[in-house]
Parts: sequence; C-alpha cells; structure tokens
Amino acid sequence: MGRYALQRLLGVIPLLFVVSVLVFMFIHLIPGDPARLVAGKDATLEEINGIREQLGLNDPLWRQYIDYMGNLFKGDLGNSIRSGLPVSEMLASRFMPTIWLTIFSMVWAVIIGVLIGIISAVKRNKWPDHVGMITAISGISVPGFWLGLVLIQVFSVQLGWFPTGGVDSWSSYVLPSLTLGAGIMSMLARFSRTSMLESMREDYIRTGRAKGLHEFVVVGRHALRNSLIQVVTVAGLQFGFLLGGSVMVETVFSIPGLGRLLVDSIAFRDYTVIQAELLLFATEFILINLVVDLLYGVLNPKIRFDSN
Amino acid sequence: MSQQSTTAEHRSSGGSGQEAAPAKRKSAMAEFIRKFSKQKLSLVAGIFIILLLLVAIFGPYLTPYDPDAPDYDSMLSGPSLKHWAGTDEYGRDILSRLIEGTRLSLAVSLSAVFIAAFFGTILGLLSGFYGKWLDRLIMRSSDVLFSFPDILLAIGIVAILGPGLTNVVIAVAVFGIPSFARMIRSVTLSAKETLFVEAARSMGAKDRRIIWRHIFPETLPSVIVNVTMKIGGAILAASSLSFLGMGAKPTEPDWGAMLSMGRDYLSIAPHVVYFPGLIIFLTVLAFNLVGDGLQDALDPKMKN
Repeated sequence: MGRYALQRLLGVIPLLFVVSVLVFMFIHLIPGDPARLVAGKDATLEEINGIREQLGLNDPLWRQYIDYMGNLFKGDLGNSIRSGLPVSEMLASRFMPTIWLTIFSMVWAVIIGVLIGIISAVKRNKWPDHVGMITAISGISVPGFWLGLVLIQVFSVQLGWFPTGGVDSWSSYVLPSLTLGAGIMSMLARFSRTSMLESMREDYIRTGRAKGLHEFVVVGRHALRNSLIQVVTVAGLQFGFLLGGSVMVETVFSIPGLGRLLVDSIAFRDYTVIQAELLLFATEFILINLVVDLLYGVLNPKIRFDSN
Repeated sequence: MSQQSTTAEHRSSGGSGQEAAPAKRKSAMAEFIRKFSKQKLSLVAGIFIILLLLVAIFGPYLTPYDPDAPDYDSMLSGPSLKHWAGTDEYGRDILSRLIEGTRLSLAVSLSAVFIAAFFGTILGLLSGFYGKWLDRLIMRSSDVLFSFPDILLAIGIVAILGPGLTNVVIAVAVFGIPSFARMIRSVTLSAKETLFVEAARSMGAKDRRIIWRHIFPETLPSVIVNVTMKIGGAILAASSLSFLGMGAKPTEPDWGAMLSMGRDYLSIAPHVVYFPGLIIFLTVLAFNLVGDGLQDALDPKMKN
C-alpha cells in the first residue's frame, strides 16, 4: 500500500508534464491566428507581425513551451491576449466563485445522494425506493442549463426568493448549486443503491443477520463499507463533471467564475488564459484522482495494489 | 443485447452442457422478457423510445409544418390548436422543429455512447486484470483525458476537427471512454479477487477465458448502468454544445440550439424554452428508465 501510494505520487509528475504539453499543443491546433485576432480586422501586416513577435509566436513551438513553463514556475502566467491583464490576477478573482459553487454542489449531492441510495436499497421495491429512484432518475435526466432557466423563472422571476444571477450574497449560490449538483446527486443515489444491493446479497451479510446483528449494523458497518468503494470512485469521477458543468451553470447564472471565463476565452481565442485555466483544472483533477485511488485501498483491504 | 443474453445463459447453465444450451438460451430470454415487462415504468419508457425512433425515421412525413418556414404573423405565439407547442421568434412551428431534431439527437448520442462503451470496457478489463504497466498506461492515459472538463474537451475537439455532427460524435465518445475504463477497472479489481476466479485459475483456465467468462459478467451491471447514463449524458452534452453555440448550426432544428435561441424570450414566451428542454428531459429520462429495467432483468447476481 505504502509503495503503491508513493508510486502514484511520483506518477503525478509525468502526468502533469504530458497534460501541459497536450494543453499547449491542443491550443495551437485550433484554427485561427491569435496575432491577427489581437490586432483586429483593420490591422496592417506590419502590425500583425509586430504583435506576433511581441507574443513570441514566431519562435518554434518547443521554445514557446519552454518559455511558458519557465514563466509558470516563476508564478507568471503571462498576460491575457485580449485584455492585457495578468492572467494570474484574472484567475485569482474568478477562482473563489467556482470553488464555492463546486463545494456546495458536491456536499449536498453526496449527502442526499448516498442517503437516497441507502434508503432505496434497504426498502427495495417499496414506496421509498420508488420515490428515491424517480427523484434520482429525474435529476440525472434534466438538462442543467434548462433546470437553471426553469429555477430562475420560478424562484427568481416569479417568487423573488433568490437573485437571478451574480454572486452578491450567499443566497446567490443556492439555485446554481442545486442545478449543478442535481446530476451528481442522482448518479450517486443510483450507484449507492446498485452497490448496496450487491453488497447485501453477499454471504457475510447473511452471516451477520444469522448472528443476530442489528440491521443497522449490518447495513451501516458491513454493506455500506463495501459499497463505498464504488461510491468513492463515482464521486471522484464526477468531479470533472462538476468542473465541466460549472461552465454551463456559470453561463446560465452569470457567475463570474472560471467556467464562464473559459467560455469567453475560447470565443476570443485568448490562448494564455485558456492554457492557464486548463492547467489549473487538470492539476486539480489529477490530485483528486490520486486521492480516489488511494481510498480504494483504505476502504477495501482485499484489493491488493501489487507491484510484483 | 446478444452479449447480455449470452451472459444470462452462461450464469443459468453454469457454463456446462452443450446440448442444453439452446433450451437454456430460450428460457433465459423468456425470463428476461418476463422480468423486464414487470418493470412497468421501464416498459412505458421503452415504448416511448420506440416511438422516438419511429419519429426519427419518419420525421419528415410527420411534421405538421415545414420546420424551417418562418411565419412573421405568429411570432412567439403560445401553444394553441394550430401550433401545439407554439412558435419561435421567427414564427416557425416548434413541434415540427422538435420532430425534425429527434433524428439529430438520437443519431449523435447513440453512436457516441456505443463507441465509448466498446473501447472503455475493453480497456477497463485489460487494465484491471493485467495490472502492472498496462494498467498504468491505460489509467494514466485516461487520467490525461479526464483532466479536462468534459464539455471543454468536446469543445476543443470540435474546434480542432471543425463543426459537423460526426465530430460531435467523436468528441462525446472520446470523453466517455475513460469513464467506462475506470469504472470497469474498479469492478474488475474486486472480481479478480473472488473465489470463482481463483477456482477457474487453479483449474488452468486461460486469461482470456477468465476475463470474458468470469469477470466480464461481473462488470455487466456497471456497463449497463453506465451505458444508460451515458446515452442520457451524450444527449445532454450534445445539446450543451449547441446551447453554448458550439454544436449544431443555429439554422438546424437541434433541441439544444432551440433552447439557446429561446433563452432571450424566457420571460415573455417561456414555451420557447420549456418545450425543447422538456423533450430533452423526457428522452434522457426514458433511456435511464429502460436502463434501470434492463439492469434488474439482466443482473446475473439477481438471478436465483
């Protein structure tokens, strides 16, 4: 286990390298000349060439990459091609709204999702199971951008309970978090149920019941513990979904977060901002995957991460 | 489907008896139909999907109006007997456009998910079973793909390949593969440690046989649930791309594009947003319900 953990930790470094190269290449594969875009439609050829020189776009790709990474380690993410502002400052100001949105969404989704999953499994084929699964299936099926618009229409426009957008107060996060978390909550509820049902058919559950253990102990300590392995995997996997979903939700609710910045940056081919955002998202996600993998071993010692 | 019934057959027959196989297969199929038809909601959803498929095939013959014909006398008019789902900002009949859009949505999402499931399951099984460098290679590659928010990866792929439905399919399929691979890997890791795999191994069964006859059936519930979710997810992803103005062309009667165009009229004509959203919701819901029914009917462990 210790050796495996160390291996995974060391494995993150080449992964980040590959991701950074991919991100760099990826951006350059998108058609369109950034120098021409920055200079504007009416710019002369000389102006365009000047800007290209200034941005280092004339250098070979590998040189551009090394310069970019060198600056990155110094904490310099460059300046936005579009606005000229330092990218690090732009990201910093957009960071917290996205983080809060993601955390609020994940927290309510995990708690409610796992709870629905457990109740549905324990009360299988009874009404709590039906209600739970219909809720979960609806949550997973609803398009986030549509749910957001409907919530705005009902709770903001008609009832006036919450703001229609922005992040002026904590209440601004309620509707966006509900929108963003709905899908994850549903997936977790479904997976927890499936996984719990599988665990509860195992022999050790029958043994536990035969020994006269309280149902609460059988479900909570034995079935749930073994089901958590699937739940943790799914929750970890879904973090990327949350980050991706934040792009949609931030667009619908006009939240000045990283997701919305990304959409704007892609529309304007603001390479420096896109690169920085992608690296940020990637780093965040790689670390979460690492934690998910390590949790496998903690939750289910039966799984050996043998390196022989 | 054939793979799944074969699995059911394998489970019920215990993998023995060549002569009994056709009879067993028949009874497994009958049992599957019996079990599936017990799930009333799934059955209704299945009928809804069949209707959708028929609409997708015969769409052009079913539209009450030309989906692209503007009618400037009845712009943004609400649902009525004349226009059941109302009209959009150009006075085009929304119902006709929804019918026309069914073909686009189903074709894109179904092909994307099947491509993702095929490659993802194979990679997950190999990764979980063999471990070592193969596991590291597959998992690190999926980590790389996974490190990008899915919508962004899709936007990027479409941006590089150029617009077009084929490229949307590729984009949606690519971000589906790592999710299948990881999920199947984690089930394979557990299944690999079970007694029946150990028994098969000690009886001298070859790797290929262990993977396909013993581990693959264990992963099926997850494959089914994941396919279910991904068909829905694929419809949502494709419509999200259109909503952001990066998927189908604005002129195409795509469900997501219709929602995006209608967004500006939410306060004065909510039906422009409600109907396309509702049809996306119902379609995804139907696929999810059918997936659930399939899971209950096919899960080998539920057979007794």
